[in-house]
Amino acid sequence: MSAEIAITLTVNGERVARRVEARRHLVDFLRLDLGLMGSHTGCEHGFCGACTVRVNGAIVRGCLVLAASLDGAQVETIEGVSDSGEIRDLQDAFIARNAAQCGYCTPGMLLTAADLLKHNPAPTRAQIREHLSGNYCRCTGYHAIVDAVAAVAAKRNGRATP
Amino acid sequence: MKAPPLSYVRAATLSEAFQLWRDAGPDARLLAGGQSLLATLAFRLSDPGTLVDIVRLHELRGISQVGGTTIRVGALATHAELGRHDLIRRHLPLIAEAVPLIAHAAVRNRGTIGGSLAFADPAAELPACCVALDAMIVARNAADERRIPAAQFFTGLYATALRPYELIAAVEFPIAKPGERTAVLELARRSGDYAMAGVAAKTRLAGATLIEPQLVFFGVGDRPVVAERAMATISGQQALPATIAAAQAALAADLDPPADRHGSGRTKRHFARVLLARALARLAGLDEARAA
Repeated sequence: MSAEIAITLTVNGERVARRVEARRHLVDFLRLDLGLMGSHTGCEHGFCGACTVRVNGAIVRGCLVLAASLDGAQVETIEGVSDSGEIRDLQDAFIARNAAQCGYCTPGMLLTAADLLKHNPAPTRAQIREHLSGNYCRCTGYHAIVDAVAAVAAKRNGRATP
Repeated sequence: MKAPPLSYVRAATLSEAFQLWRDAGPDARLLAGGQSLLATLAFRLSDPGTLVDIVRLHELRGISQVGGTTIRVGALATHAELGRHDLIRRHLPLIAEAVPLIAHAAVRNRGTIGGSLAFADPAAELPACCVALDAMIVARNAADERRIPAAQFFTGLYATALRPYELIAAVEFPIAKPGERTAVLELARRSGDYAMAGVAAKTRLAGATLIEPQLVFFGVGDRPVVAERAMATISGQQALPATIAAAQAALAADLDPPADRHGSGRTKRHFARVLLARALARLAGLDEARAA
């Protein structure tokens, strides 16, 4: 048993080797150990969704995953998907619709919205709301966020913007 | 808050997991998906000292059909895997229907069925579904394996029949029989939140007659609650308004919900009566008839 655990993982395509405290969760690891400040700590008990990141391609709550458990994992954050251009259209739509107000929930919202559109390319508004229901926006700008996601879904499907 | 200081060990095999667990002592906790455990650590509601990570144990993985009558689900199957697995969708529609009610997509990607059952939150969906479906919990220790009927597995608030150094290896479900109908419904303040009250229901239908109906409530007691009297009231009957009303009345003797942050015991009884009527309408296909 040791308090510090050696891990090697891939973060946004780059190999990273670190020693981490056993209790260090993924978001603190990203922010404090790697300096990737795009993933936000909100409630830190799995409620608010501000810390949403991808592990092995699936979205997770970064605060409910221990960094120590991620040896060998592939982690993607908002920095990675921004640089790759994967969610450029979602980001543009969030800006156009003023769906990012204070911006605190935005990285989590974007990754959750991208996850929805991956699994369900043509969601209804109710399905968008359902999928985003685990992400709190404390500016309460939900309507603009749902509009932005609906607009991107429509555009990707070659339909007129609703 | 941050979790208390911890030690962390990762098991590569099941036998190593039991050894690491024994070395760490009885207060150590197994870490599977961690979706409840890490939240309780963040609240400092528990201080296990050591976490034994079992999430990579292939012995606890996999969803498969065993013979013609059973689906075996490895304890480490995530909620997301359950929701999309063909065997579950085909043979255990109640589980497939319950998955979207469990938290949110990001949590369903990590949380496991074994973790949910071992944590035994009385407001969780899967424990009640397992009771309604007459599932068997396959418990393993370093030497042995035993099967515990789900109805006997939940022994109180966050308490189970698991013994020290015993874990859930798998859950075995009887495949739904022809003519079997199921429904799971809940009332929650926010989509994905723990239910204020919920019900997992199963019956066979002979024409419009309910045969061997099961009604298992969650969020209204210290564990999944089997509504024996309400079940007896509707058994062999059709889901007619008078029968539904009689079953709702019978619930008064089945449930004694403690007050919680969602409301008084009286409020929760009301929720349960509403859910019972909706569940019976679903089981009897009345809602489809109305929609058609």
